[in-house]
Amino acid sequence: MHKNQVQGSASHEGASGTQAVDDMSRDFAFTSKLDALVAWGRKNSLWPMPYGTACCGIEFMSVMGPKYDLARFGAEVARFSPRQADLLVVAGTITEKMAPVITRIYQQMLEPKYVISMGACASSGGFYRAYHVLQGVDKVIPVDVYIPGCPPTPEAVMDGIMALQRMIATNTPRPWKDNWKNPYEQA
Amino acid sequence: MNKLENLKQALSGKFKIENYKFIHAVGDDVLEVPKEDVPALLMHLRESGAFDFLMDVCGVDYPARERRFDVVYNLFSSKDASRLRIKAQVGEGESIGTAINAYKGADWFEREAYDMFGIIFDGHPNLRKILTHHQFVGHPLRKDYEADHQQSCTTSLPIHFLNEPGSPGDVLNDKYVPLNIGPAHTAMHGTLRVMAEMDGETIVRANCEIGYLHRCFEKMAETHPYNQVIPYTDRLNYCSAPMNNIGYCKAVERILGVEIPPKAQAMRVILAELSRIIDHTISIGTGAMDLGALTSFFYMFGLREEVYGLFEKLCGARLTVSMTRVGGMAQDAPEGWFDEVLALCKELRRGTDEMAAMVVDNKIFIQRTRGVCPVSAADAIQWGYTGPMLRASGVNLDLRKAKPYYGYDALDFDVPVGTSGDIYDRYLVRFEEMRQSIRIIEQVCKNVPGGDYTIRDKGIVLPEKKDVYGNIEGLMNHFMLIIKGLRPPVGEVYDATEAANGELGFYLVSDGSANPYRLKVRPPCFAIYQSYPTVVKGAMLADAIATIASMNLIAGELDR
Repeated sequence: MHKNQVQGSASHEGASGTQAVDDMSRDFAFTSKLDALVAWGRKNSLWPMPYGTACCGIEFMSVMGPKYDLARFGAEVARFSPRQADLLVVAGTITEKMAPVITRIYQQMLEPKYVISMGACASSGGFYRAYHVLQGVDKVIPVDVYIPGCPPTPEAVMDGIMALQRMIATNTPRPWKDNWKNPYEQA
Repeated sequence: MNKLENLKQALSGKFKIENYKFIHAVGDDVLEVPKEDVPALLMHLRESGAFDFLMDVCGVDYPARERRFDVVYNLFSSKDASRLRIKAQVGEGESIGTAINAYKGADWFEREAYDMFGIIFDGHPNLRKILTHHQFVGHPLRKDYEADHQQSCTTSLPIHFLNEPGSPGDVLNDKYVPLNIGPAHTAMHGTLRVMAEMDGETIVRANCEIGYLHRCFEKMAETHPYNQVIPYTDRLNYCSAPMNNIGYCKAVERILGVEIPPKAQAMRVILAELSRIIDHTISIGTGAMDLGALTSFFYMFGLREEVYGLFEKLCGARLTVSMTRVGGMAQDAPEGWFDEVLALCKELRRGTDEMAAMVVDNKIFIQRTRGVCPVSAADAIQWGYTGPMLRASGVNLDLRKAKPYYGYDALDFDVPVGTSGDIYDRYLVRFEEMRQSIRIIEQVCKNVPGGDYTIRDKGIVLPEKKDVYGNIEGLMNHFMLIIKGLRPPVGEVYDATEAANGELGFYLVSDGSANPYRLKVRPPCFAIYQSYPTVVKGAMLADAIATIASMNLIAGELDR
C-alpha cells in the first residue's frame, strides 16, 4: 500500500520529471506506513479552536502570545469556526446554559477531532460545586486530554498539547469517542 | 450623622418620615422605608440632585421573617461622594415598584433580583430571567435553595428581543434579517450573545443575552468562610484579579473595623495599579484585534507577561494571585521586588507610548472609532456607568480622588476625562490611565513604608508558619481560626474601590457567623452592558463590534 501511495506519487514518469529528478526521487523515497505518515502530519498541524469562556481563556491567549508561542507546535492557526478546526480547547467554566452550545460546536467539527479540557472548571467544575456550573465538560462531549490547574500555567498547557500529540502520533484508540452520542438530541 | 439630619429635613413634608428609620451603621447611612414609598423617594432623590447614581439594586433573603426579602438600593452622589442605602421589606408574592423611571440603570439589577430571589418589580417592562438559564426552576439565592442543586439545560433560546412598547416584541419583522452573534464567536469577548435585527448593515434593534458564565459567585460566598471567598473573587474580573481581592478584603476589613498597616496598603496600591495596567492592555489589545489589528494583541501580551513575571515572583501564581488576606497581605514581598517594579515602570512607559502610537495614532483606527456610538454624560450617569467609560463621556469621577483610600490622596496623579464619549475617547482615557498608574507605582515604590505586611490580630489573621510549627500557642491559634473562621460582628456594609472597569462594590451582610450571610457584588460592566442595545441602535454592525470591545466586558464579573 505504501508503495503506491508514497513512493508511487514521487516517481511519476513523463508527467513533469526529467531523468535527474526521477533518480533523485528514488534516492529520497520515504518508507513508512501511511498511517504513521498521516498521524505525523496531523500531530504537527493542529488547528485549535479556543473556546475561552473565562480565566483559562486569558491564559490560553498567553500561550498563543509572544512569550510562549504555541506556533512552535504547529498549532498557530487559531480558528474560531468549528469547521476549520480539529482541536477544541475548552478553556474556562462551562455552565449548564453553555452546555448545549458547546455540544453543538463539537458536533460541527469534522473528523478527526480532538478535545483538550483546560483547567479545573472544564475538567470537573473546579471549585464551583454550584447550581449553574456543569461539573466537567466530559459530561457532554468526549475529552482527550485534561490539563490540571486553575488556571494552568502556559507550560502545563504545552505539556497537554504534547500529550495530545503523542496520542495522535501513536494512534492511541479512544473508544469512548466512537460511542459518543449528543446528550441533547431528541431520539 | 449630619448628612442624615439634612436628609431628614429635606424629606420631611414630602414623605411620611415618621414611618422611616434613619440609621447610621458601620460608616454607612441607611434609610429603611415602606416599600410603597420607594419609587417616589428614588425619583425625588434623583430630581433634587441629592443622589445622581444608582449603583446597585439587590435582594437579601431572611426566610424566618414575616416579609422575607429586603430590597436594597445603593445610591451615590458624585458631588460629595456620599452614599445612601435604601432598604424596603417585601414579602413573598408581593411586589415593589420599579426604579427604572428614576434611574434607567435599575433595569438589569431588578431583573437579577427577580431571577435570584423572585422579587417582583411592578412596572418593569421586561421582568424575566437574566443569569440562570430559561429552564431553571426556582430562585437560587434564596436560603432554601441548595447550593449544588444543578438543573440541566437542553436547548438554547432562539433569537428574541425585548418587549418594547409598540413593537411586536419577540416576533421578528419580515423586512429585516435576524442575526445571531455568539455566545461563541470570534468578535465576542468571552461568552456574550448579541442578537440583532439587520436592515442591510444597519442594526434596527439589538438585544443581548447574558448568563453563559453565571458561576454562582454569590451563592459560593455564602457557603464558604471569609478567607476562602478570596480565590472566588480572583475569578470575577480575571484580567485584573488582584483588584477584586483588594475590593473584597477592604469590605470585610471595614465591617471588622480594622485598618491594615501602611506597608500592606502600599503593596495593595502597587498590585492594584499593575492590574489596572494589564487590564487596560487586554482591553486595548483585543479591542484593536476586533478591528483587524492582530499586531496589537501580540504587543500587549508581551507587556502583560512582564507584569505576570512580577506577580509570579510575589506569590507563585500568574493570573489568579489571591495575594490579599483579610487584615493585610498573605506574605511579604521578596527581597528587591520593589526595585524590580520600578525598573519595569520604565519599560511599561515606553511600551505604553509605543502602543499608543500604534493604536490611537493610527489613521484607520481613528476613522473606525471617532464619533462612533457616543454616549452623553447624562446618559452615562443614568445607566450607572463608572470608570473609564464614564470618564470618556466627560464626567470627572474617580473614587481614588473622590473618596481616597490606601493613601491615594497623598499621591500625585491626574484623572483623564474625555469629551465626546465615543469609542476613540474610551481608548484615549485608557491609555492615559495607564500612564497615570505608572506614575502612582513609581511614587509608591520609591517610598515603601517599613513595618509589618499584615495586622497581628489573633482572631483574624493566621499566625506565621514558624509559630504554627514551633509552639503550642501558635498551633492552637491556627487550629481555632481554621475551624471557627474569622467572625465579623453582625451588620452590613457597602464598600467600593475603583477597579479597572469602574466601581467595584461589595455589599456584605454579616450575621456573626463564619460565612458571609449575603455578599452582593456590584460589577462595573453589568451596568455598562445593559445600555448596549440602546447605544448601538441604528449603528452599523462593524461599529457594534467596536463598541462591545471598547466596553471591556469581562464575563466573569458580568455574570458572576
